[in-house]
Amino acid sequence: MATVQDVYERHFPSGISPSSWEVWSWFFMRISGLLLVFLVLGHLAIMHVFGGGVERVNFDFVAARWHGIFWRSYDWLLLALALLHGSSGTRTVIHDYVHRDGWRVLAKATLYVATFVFLSVGTLVIVTFDPATLAH
Amino acid sequence: MKVQLKIQRFDPATQDKPVWGNYVAEVEDNGRVLDALHYVKWYLDGTLALRRSCGHGVCGSDAMVINGVNRLACKVLCKTLDQPVTVEPIRGLKVEKDLIVDMEPFFAGYRAVQPWLVPDDTDPGGRERLQSPEERARYDDTTKCILCAACTTSCPIFWGDDTYVGPAAIVNAHRFIFDSRDAGDRERLEILSAREGAFRCRTTFNCTEACPRGIKVTEAIQEVKRTILYRKV
Ligand code: SF4
Ligand code: FES
Repeated sequence: MATVQDVYERHFPSGISPSSWEVWSWFFMRISGLLLVFLVLGHLAIMHVFGGGVERVNFDFVAARWHGIFWRSYDWLLLALALLHGSSGTRTVIHDYVHRDGWRVLAKATLYVATFVFLSVGTLVIVTFDPATLAH
Repeated sequence: MKVQLKIQRFDPATQDKPVWGNYVAEVEDNGRVLDALHYVKWYLDGTLALRRSCGHGVCGSDAMVINGVNRLACKVLCKTLDQPVTVEPIRGLKVEKDLIVDMEPFFAGYRAVQPWLVPDDTDPGGRERLQSPEERARYDDTTKCILCAACTTSCPIFWGDDTYVGPAAIVNAHRFIFDSRDAGDRERLEILSAREGAFRCRTTFNCTEACPRGIKVTEAIQEVKRTILYRKV
């Protein structure tokens, strides 16, 4: 018969104390989700619906759009929130279905590395994009 | 009346996978599914294994999947069901035989939230700890739980991961967290903010639909989440 202590330890393997991490990540999902609704709808409207749709998007279009800080910030926010929201959700799915410790660590490590790489590359492009040095 | 039953039969000791057993039971016009199962066990096939005790929706031992939904066999009248009536064990727990499952992961989650009164330091002087009717009403809904596991075994998160404490455990934590006499809320909220705690819940509402006591399970879980959020963020 498992004692309360056993059960407690099963839920908190020794050394790992409960933290606020789950609470914060849950809270982040709600906030980012809310922001993403508006950011994504705005993105869809601008890039795909109004003003000629996605066919008109070319180098000049991007150069003009990223001339100022506003659209760069908008796109970076969209990139960062979508990536982190998506990877946070994937982390939850991994917790749901990957129970073996080794596989879980591997899956989460892969997820975190991929998220980091995509976020870095995306940020690099948005920050360093300079039409003058790239054009023709 | 006659009731056609399709019961999932499984004996892990001798069978590889479950099979359906078909029976025709004879019950009174107001007979319950439990009566039909009794008929099968007593007159047709004594090897049928099921768990029940009170027969009146109080002990919580006969939750099963009846026509696809989690119900107490002792609370469902046969005449309200489409026939043949399918009866399966509750999901997400290991079947021991036929309709009996290993409840241990369910009770492990229950014990993890420390479901007992943790008194504060004040000495009530040999008398009971008093509480106003309003304070009692605050957690009235969650006192009704009979630990039947209908909610937890209807939860898709629990199906995927039986270390999730599950809705029933959170309901029972709620019963103490919002009890004005209890002083263990900090620890319980700490337990429920861990990875296998309340934030695994994705508000599917299956638990609320399954509860034979009509407890607003999802609402209780959300109240616990909100309390944790307000304390931590
Ligand atoms: S909350 Fe309802 S469904 Fe869940 S164990 Fe308690 S009585 Fe059963
Ligand atoms: S037999 Fe007790 S609840 Fe159904």
